[in-house]
Amino acid sequence: MKESIHQIRLLDDLARRPIPINRLHPLVKLLTTVIYLTVAVSFGRYEISALLPLVFYPVIIFSLAELPMADMLKRIGWVMPFVLGIGILNPVFDHQTVSLLGLTISRGWLTFLSISIKCILTVAAGIILIATTGIDRLGAAMRMIGFPRIFVLQLLLTYRYISVLGDELARMIRAYSLRAPGQKGIKRDAWGSFAGSLLLRSFDRAQRVYAAMCLRGFAGEYNTGNIAKINSRDLRFLAGWGAFFVIARIYNVPLLLGSLLTGVIK
Amino acid sequence: MHMADALISPAVGGTMLAVSAGLAVYSVKKIKDDMDEKKIPLMGVMGAFVFAAQMINFTIPATGSSGHIGGGMLLSILLGPYAGFLTMASILLIQALFFADGGLLAYGCNVFNMGFWTCFMAYPLIYKWFTRKGLSAKSISWGSIIAVVIALQLGAFSVVLETLASGKTELPFSTFVLLMQPIHLAIGFVEGLITAAIVTYVWKARPEILEKAVLGQALGNISMKKVLTGLVIGVVVVGGALSWFASANPDGLEWSMERTAGTTELEAPDGVHQTFSDLQEKTAFLPDYTFKAPAEAVEQEGAAEEAEGTWPAVDPGTSVSGLLGGTMTLVLAGCIGFVISLSKKKGSNAAV
Repeated sequence: MKESIHQIRLLDDLARRPIPINRLHPLVKLLTTVIYLTVAVSFGRYEISALLPLVFYPVIIFSLAELPMADMLKRIGWVMPFVLGIGILNPVFDHQTVSLLGLTISRGWLTFLSISIKCILTVAAGIILIATTGIDRLGAAMRMIGFPRIFVLQLLLTYRYISVLGDELARMIRAYSLRAPGQKGIKRDAWGSFAGSLLLRSFDRAQRVYAAMCLRGFAGEYNTGNIAKINSRDLRFLAGWGAFFVIARIYNVPLLLGSLLTGVIK
Repeated sequence: MHMADALISPAVGGTMLAVSAGLAVYSVKKIKDDMDEKKIPLMGVMGAFVFAAQMINFTIPATGSSGHIGGGMLLSILLGPYAGFLTMASILLIQALFFADGGLLAYGCNVFNMGFWTCFMAYPLIYKWFTRKGLSAKSISWGSIIAVVIALQLGAFSVVLETLASGKTELPFSTFVLLMQPIHLAIGFVEGLITAAIVTYVWKARPEILEKAVLGQALGNISMKKVLTGLVIGVVVVGGALSWFASANPDGLEWSMERTAGTTELEAPDGVHQTFSDLQEKTAFLPDYTFKAPAEAVEQEGAAEEAEGTWPAVDPGTSVSGLLGGTMTLVLAGCIGFVISLSKKKGSNAAV
C-alpha cells in the first residue's frame, strides 16, 4: 500500500521537473508513444534483429529525462513474470530448430526472446509517457483528441483520491492489525465489515467532496491548467521519432548495418 | 489477467480499443441521459475505493493464502452498469500508466475483458436476475458469487482468444484454456465471496445506497440487443479495416472472423471450439503464415523479405549480418545513452 502510493508520487514528481522533455506538448508525447507501441508489437514472432533499433527511443529519452534507472527497472521487473510465464511455454510447444552460427536452437526460444524484448520496450515506453507528462497534462491531451469529458474527469478524480483513500485504508489496517497481532490479512468474518466500512466512508467522503466542489464553482470541467499550443519543437520531436520508427519498421536496420560491415570485411 | 502489450498484435489491440471506446461512449451517453452530474465525484471516489480495496489482503479460510478483488461487479452493483464500466476503465488506465499493469495498446482488451463481461453481461443478466424479487442477504450473495464467477470465466476466455489471435504465443488453444479457466474459477469464487460480503454489509448498514442504485436503472433500460448488435458491427468493421492495413500479417482477419463467430455462438462452447480449430486449419494453408507450415515457409525465401511475420530465410550469411548488426545497434544505443547522461551530469556540475 505504502509502496504503491510512493510509486505514484515518484512519477508525479518526475513529471513536474522543469526539464525540456517534460515541457513537450502532452499530445505529442501521447502520439509518439502510440506510434512506438504499434510499431513495436507489429513485428513478427521471429523478428529479433529488426526489433533492436527501437531500443534507441527508451535509452535516449531515459537519459535525456534523467529518470532514476533503478526505480524504472524495478517497475519493468514487476510486469515481466506474467509475460515470461506465457512466453516460456513457447520453447515447450515449438520444437522446430534453427541454426545460428553453428548453434542449433529451438525456434521457441527465439519467440520467447522476441516477446521478452517487446515486453521491456513497451513497458519502458509507457513509463516514459507518464513520467515525463503527468496525469493532469495527459488528461488534457486526452480531451484534445476527443475522449469524453466525463471519462477524463472521472479518471483524474479517481487518481486524485487514490492517495486519500490509501491513507484511510492504511489507518484501518493498522487498527485491525493492532487488534489481531500476528494475523496475515483480514479474516473471513471481517471481510464484509472491513471493506464495507471503508466503502461507506468513501461514499460519505464523495458527498463532502461534491459539496465542496460545488461551493468552489465546479461546473463539470476539471481544469488542467494552461497548456501552450503545439510549437515547432513539438512537431520536430513527433516527426523525427515517427520517421525513425517507420524506417525501423520497414527496413531491418541492424541487418543492413551488419551486411555493410561484413561486405567491408570481405 | 491484465494483458501486456508484448503478447498482442496491433490488429487485435486496435480492434479491442475501438470496441471498448464504443462501449465507453455509449456509457457516457447513458450517464448523461439518466443521471445527474452528482454521480461523477462519486464515481471518482469509488474508483479510488476499488483501488484501495484491491490492496486489502483477504485471508482465505483453510488455505493459508490470501486473495483480493478486481472490483468490476462491485462497481456495477453500487453505481450501475454504465458508471461502473467507466469507473473500471479509468482504474485500468491508471494501473496501466502507473504500475505498468496491462499495456496501453492492450488497454482495450483489458477494459473489455474486465469491464464488459461484468458490467454489461453478468450484472444485468445474472445479478439482476437473482435480486429481481427484492434484495435479501441470500439473493445478494448468490447473485454476486455466480455473476462474478461467470464474468471472470468469460473474461479469462477472452484473454485466451485475444492472445491466440495475436499469434505471439505457441500455446495450443486447449492447453491455454485448461491453464486459464480453472485458475479463474478459483479466483472468481473468492472474489464473489468477498463482493457478496461487502455488498451485504452495505445493504444492512445503509440500504438506501443499494436501493437507489437499483431504482436508477432498471433492467429494461439496458437494451442488450442494441449493445450486442453494435458490438458485432463494430468488430467486423474495425477488424476488417485493420486487417486490410495489416494484410501481410493475417492475425487481424483471422481474429475478426473468429471473434464474430465467437460472439454469436457464445452459448455453445463446442461451436466456438469448432470454429476455432477450423480456422486454425485454414490458416495453416496460408502460405506466408507460419502457424503450422514451417516447411513451406522456408521455401518462400524470395518473398520472405517483404512479408513481415514470416520466418526469415535461414541463410547463414543473413544470420551473421543480423547478429553483428544487432549487437552494433545495441552498443550504439548504449553509448548514446551513456554520453547523454555524462553530458547531463557535467552540465549540472557546472551549474553548481
